Amino acid sequence: MSQDVLLPAIGPDEAPFWEYTRKGELRIQQCSGCERLRFPPRPMCPDCHSTDSHWTLVSGRGTVWSYVVPHPPLLPQFMPLAPYHVITVALDENPTIRLLGNLVEKAGDPINAIDPATIEIGMAVQVVFEAVNDEIHMPRWVRV
Amino acid sequence: MKDATAIVGIAESKFSKNLEASECQLASEVIIAALAEAGLKPSDVDGMASYTMETTSEVDIAKNMGAGDINFFGQVGYGGGAGPGCVGLIAMAVATGQCEVGVAWRSRKRGSGQRPWAANDQVTVGASWTRPWGLLRPADEIGMLTRRYMHEYGATREHLCNVAMSVRKHANNNPNAIMYERKMTRDDYMNARWISEPLCLFDNCLETDGALACVVVSAERAKDCPQTPVYIHSVSQGLPPQHQTMTNYWNEDPLRGPAWCCADGLYKTSDIKPEDIKVAQLYDAFSPLIILSLEGYGFCERGEGAAFTEDGGIEVGGRLPVNTSGGGLSEAYVHGFNLINENVRQMRGTSCNQVEGADTCIVTAGEGVPTSAMILRR
Repeated sequence: MSQDVLLPAIGPDEAPFWEYTRKGELRIQQCSGCERLRFPPRPMCPDCHSTDSHWTLVSGRGTVWSYVVPHPPLLPQFMPLAPYHVITVALDENPTIRLLGNLVEKAGDPINAIDPATIEIGMAVQVVFEAVNDEIHMPRWVRV
Repeated sequence: MKDATAIVGIAESKFSKNLEASECQLASEVIIAALAEAGLKPSDVDGMASYTMETTSEVDIAKNMGAGDINFFGQVGYGGGAGPGCVGLIAMAVATGQCEVGVAWRSRKRGSGQRPWAANDQVTVGASWTRPWGLLRPADEIGMLTRRYMHEYGATREHLCNVAMSVRKHANNNPNAIMYERKMTRDDYMNARWISEPLCLFDNCLETDGALACVVVSAERAKDCPQTPVYIHSVSQGLPPQHQTMTNYWNEDPLRGPAWCCADGLYKTSDIKPEDIKVAQLYDAFSPLIILSLEGYGFCERGEGAAFTEDGGIEVGGRLPVNTSGGGLSEAYVHGFNLINENVRQMRGTSCNQVEGADTCIVTAGEGVPTSAMILRR
């Protein structure tokens, strides 16, 4: 496992998300009682209180909702990349589900390769996946 | 609850980037000093309220201050969201007869200690949707909301600069402020280094070692105390639907944060409305939180918070003087407890930046986290 990336901690609620990204799929937890999509994943639907859920494939398309450009001081894993950017992407299927990510030209590019001045709120993006190790395939985003 | 209790004593340590004394020692010292100001003895104390992030337990504080029997103790969570909630907790305990003399405090060595975001270079489950992509620090998390706010409402860095400069001017007159006599110009702000664009260095609060405390008793008992009583008129906490602490990105309207919910609770039990409030201490870990709080607590409409800061709007003499001791940005960052004590001084008429005729005020905790707020009057 690489020491120079920051990996997500995965509990039982999150595990399916990462299992699907390993297959190249972006799936969001959906209530089996009332079909509400919910994020972050959790045991109970706040609308109908069903504890049954499934993971629904989404298009992987969305728009940039906002972004920041972090500068030092940062954690050691991110210092060599600074300044880089982080975007928030509102999913087309449900814009209140906003995934954090980074804009790249193609999967595997470093997260500081794109000039942040070219990022615009409202810009359309599409998910891609970068395998940072065998277990974690990180969603990143490309312009469409 | 309304006006049933009063703050009758306050105290604070020196503020610095590096104090020698431990958090336990600092807390014990300010509690003793606040009691002395109130004309009370440590053995009179029977109630204690503090932040869950406090590193020193009630047990240790009680031992150091030589307290007698303590019949109420409790804590409030969510860091910078806790302050007024903490004072409200002890006020409820006094108002309901659970205790008679309550103390609330915050002691923190954030200046010389480690930054919480840097303390863990791994990711907890809760941060797994943000940190792995490089959204690491509170400045990044609030920066994300700030950029969106600027986009939706046309706010600019000029507005953030207005906030930073206004509270800096207040701190320049406060001898206990870190930024006492240290001026800042618009050029200083615009040329400062970035922390997380759109936030620069001066949009971020200070990193401070310090401690503060206050003493709460019943309104009846307050009449016998030497200081002008400052009545606790209304208190509320705020946790809105589908809220996420700091990374409030997963609901219909992320820019309508806990302040709105807290304001509803606050004004519901208050005879004092936004238009009656003479001075405000609004939690400012970051400059944009003041803009959001101006909107959330009803001092202007949504999207008008940025324009509210124009033409000295939040300076003494302006529409609503805000953070008259310098706030977290320029006095000290002690999780907002300095905002509570400053409002007590305003109500007593003893602030370094006294607002003439101020007899009502509001103090808020952090926007962006489960929060709290309090209306005080003289």
